[in-house]
Amino acid sequence: MKRRNVLAGLAALLTTGCSKIGKSDTFQGLVDRAEALHRGAHRLIGGRRPMAREYSLADVSPFFRGNGNTDIDSDAYRAQVAAGFPDWRLEVRGLVERPLRLSLDDILALPQRTQITRHDCVEGWSAIGQWTGPQLSTILDMAGLQPAARFIVFRCADDFRGVPYYESCDLDDAFHPQTIIAHALNGEPLPVRNGAPLRLRIERQLGYKHAKYLTAIEAVASLEGIEGGNGGYWEDRGYQWYAGV
Amino acid sequence: MKRHALSTRLWHWINAISLVVLFMSGLNISNAHPRLYWGEWGFAPEDAWLHVWRFPGWATIPGHYSLAAARDWHVLFAWVFAVSLLLFMIAALLNGHFRRDIATRASEWRPAAIWADVRAHLRFEFDHPGAKYNFLQKAAYGVVLFVLLPLMIVTGMAMSPGMDAAWPFLSEMFGGRQSARSVHFVVAWLLFGFVVLHLALVLLNKPARHVWDMIAGGPSDEAA
Repeated sequence: MKRRNVLAGLAALLTTGCSKIGKSDTFQGLVDRAEALHRGAHRLIGGRRPMAREYSLADVSPFFRGNGNTDIDSDAYRAQVAAGFPDWRLEVRGLVERPLRLSLDDILALPQRTQITRHDCVEGWSAIGQWTGPQLSTILDMAGLQPAARFIVFRCADDFRGVPYYESCDLDDAFHPQTIIAHALNGEPLPVRNGAPLRLRIERQLGYKHAKYLTAIEAVASLEGIEGGNGGYWEDRGYQWYAGV
Repeated sequence: MKRHALSTRLWHWINAISLVVLFMSGLNISNAHPRLYWGEWGFAPEDAWLHVWRFPGWATIPGHYSLAAARDWHVLFAWVFAVSLLLFMIAALLNGHFRRDIATRASEWRPAAIWADVRAHLRFEFDHPGAKYNFLQKAAYGVVLFVLLPLMIVTGMAMSPGMDAAWPFLSEMFGGRQSARSVHFVVAWLLFGFVVLHLALVLLNKPARHVWDMIAGGPSDEAA
């Protein structure tokens, strides 16, 4: 038992040491470089816009798990759910030539893309579902990006203890053919747990990038000054902005 | 010529650190979703083939549960691990380490020879004049170098959604992303088993000399 205690002590020393190193700026700099290296390697190997794998209907998971926020606790949202979201608007704003306010009907009237893809959560699990919605590129082309726009920020109706959820991506991902604003899962209107009425599908990245309960799409030149400045709710809590690893 | 080439020694210690960091941060990542599945998808307890136990803080990096920080360590040291392994393999091909020390000869595969080797190990007799390593050592090092370590890299890449878009055959090779994740976990523990055995055998047989040789290089085989 004594030897076990020594081993546990050594391991504890190592882990507390690692925790200290982990908080240092040097280490965070290295991690940022590793993240950039992974992203660069993915783009180098696959070309700028490789397509995420698409599956057949037979591969679809019987139930698509909801994670993170799976509902919005407000009377206004519940009323919208009951009525089928007649007053829900998706704003397109920021560095665009023509700001938009799109209703669900407007979104449904756009050309649609349906894709069966695998959703990979950062925690480790996966689910396969069929998503339908217009490509984000269609909406961005309607609004017309100003030359200064570098990132797209996604605003959401959900929050964690009052801190709003949000996400962001670069223009490569924003204009990727599989990046869609989904309103349907497996042929049915998006369930509440999966982000009704609108969620982002940004295939090739982990689940936390796929913002749910979308209210606005914002074109910006920089992510600085937006919430925590790291480009997303989870990114502000230490997760990588490039979630392709 | 030294017993261990400089490239071998450098890699040995860089790899030792990488494996410890990757293993311990990996246990922290496992705690985020401690269930394993086969196939492409899986998330429910009833889909799992294994419910993994929760790893305590002293066994994980960092020492408390943090998926974000553990992933930072993991994706950083993944580069250290993979690049150093690649460089070592190139060096070992060029300097003849693989051919001379790791490759087995046909005569070594005779059952009688293998059995004699096993019995010598069980008697804790580790001297084997002639070659640097005996058959069981060659087999163990060969499996680790050419099967287990590369499997960790390939299954790790197969789990990455960005990589999966670029090279979908990686996860298809294993029958899906969740299968690749399961293999990643199992092989990590096989490597843990190898490290335990490796350390035990070093401790049983002139530990100070072996460790020092792996640092300073040691005398050449002819002189030893």
